[in-house]
Amino acid sequence: MGKKSAKDRLKNEVNAGSMADIAFLLLIFFLVTTTIVEDKGVLVQLPPWSEDEPDITKLKTRNVFSVLVNANNELLVRGEPTDIKDLREDCKEFIMNPQKLDNLAENPKKAIVSMKNDRGTKYKAYLEVYNEVKAAYSELRNEAAQSRFRKDYEFCTKSERKEIRSDIPLIISESEPSNFGEEN
Amino acid sequence: MSKFQKKRGKSSPAISTASLPDIIFMLLFFFMVVTVIRDSELKVEVTTPQATELSKLEKKSLVNYIYIGRPAEKYKATYGTKARIQLGDKFATERDIPLFLERHRSKVPEVQRGAIKTSLRVDQDVTMGIVADVKTALRKAGQLLLNYSAKPRPE
Repeated sequence: MGKKSAKDRLKNEVNAGSMADIAFLLLIFFLVTTTIVEDKGVLVQLPPWSEDEPDITKLKTRNVFSVLVNANNELLVRGEPTDIKDLREDCKEFIMNPQKLDNLAENPKKAIVSMKNDRGTKYKAYLEVYNEVKAAYSELRNEAAQSRFRKDYEFCTKSERKEIRSDIPLIISESEPSNFGEEN
Repeated sequence: MSKFQKKRGKSSPAISTASLPDIIFMLLFFFMVVTVIRDSELKVEVTTPQATELSKLEKKSLVNYIYIGRPAEKYKATYGTKARIQLGDKFATERDIPLFLERHRSKVPEVQRGAIKTSLRVDQDVTMGIVADVKTALRKAGQLLLNYSAKPRPE
C-alpha cells in the first residue's frame, strides 16, 4: 500500500493542459470588449481671443474668399450661391489664380478665406465647408510638393514642408456667427 | 546518407504544446494593456459628421473631450431635447469649460502643456450657436488647438 502511494505521489502533477483554455477564455473576453477607439478629426488652430473683431474690410476684396453659410445651410461664395461640390475647385482657383485675373487673389500668400455662418447653421454643413477649404489647400500643397520635390506633401521633410507651408499658408478667418435661426 | 537513415524508424516526437499557455498569456496581457475602459458615460447622443481631411489624435493623455449633442433618451425627461454640452461625465454649460480645462491641464506634465488638444465631439445635427459659444469659451481660456472629431468619408 505504502509503496504504491509513494509512487502515485511522484507521478502526481497539476495538469496544466487546461491553462491554455483558461487563458484563451480571458483572451477572447478582452478581444471582444476592446474597442481601439481611434479618434480622428479635422485639426484647427483657433486665433487668440481679442475683444475686437478682426477687420477684414482693410484687406483688398480680391484677396478675400468669403464663404457664408446661412441657417438653411445654403452657401454664398463671394456673393454668389454655390454648390458645395464646386467649392473646392473654386477655392483652389481663387488661391492660385492661374490666369492672373484681377478679381482673384494676388498670390497664395495674400489669400484669405473668410468664413461666416448663422447660429442656426447645422454643424454638419459648417464642417463640410471647412473640410472643403482644407482639402483645397492640401491639394494645392500636394501639387506644389509634386512639382518641386517630386513627392507627396506628406513624404516631404520638415524643411520642405515649411517652405511649402510658407508659400501657401492656410489662413481661415472666422467671424462670430450672426444671431439668426437659433433653435429654442 | 547514413546520417539520414539513422533517424528513420524512430517515432516522430509530438510538438510540445507546453508553451502555448505562455503565448496566449502574452496576447492576453497585450490586450489587457491596450484596453482603455471608457471612464465617462456618454449622456448626449453624438453622431460625428463625415470628412476627408482627417488627422489622427495621438497621445491620448494630451487630449480632452467636449461632447455636444442632444441628451440621450433616458435624460430627455430631466434635461429636455435642446443640445447640451457634456464635460467629463456630467452636463455642463460653456461657463464650466475653463475649470474643466484647468483640471485636465494640471494632470499633464508642464513641458507638454502647450500640446494639449481639445477634441470637440459634436453631433452633426447640432446648430452652430452652441458650438460657437464653446469655441469662444475655448479661445478665452487660451485653448487654441482644436479638433473637430469626424468619421472618414467612404469614397
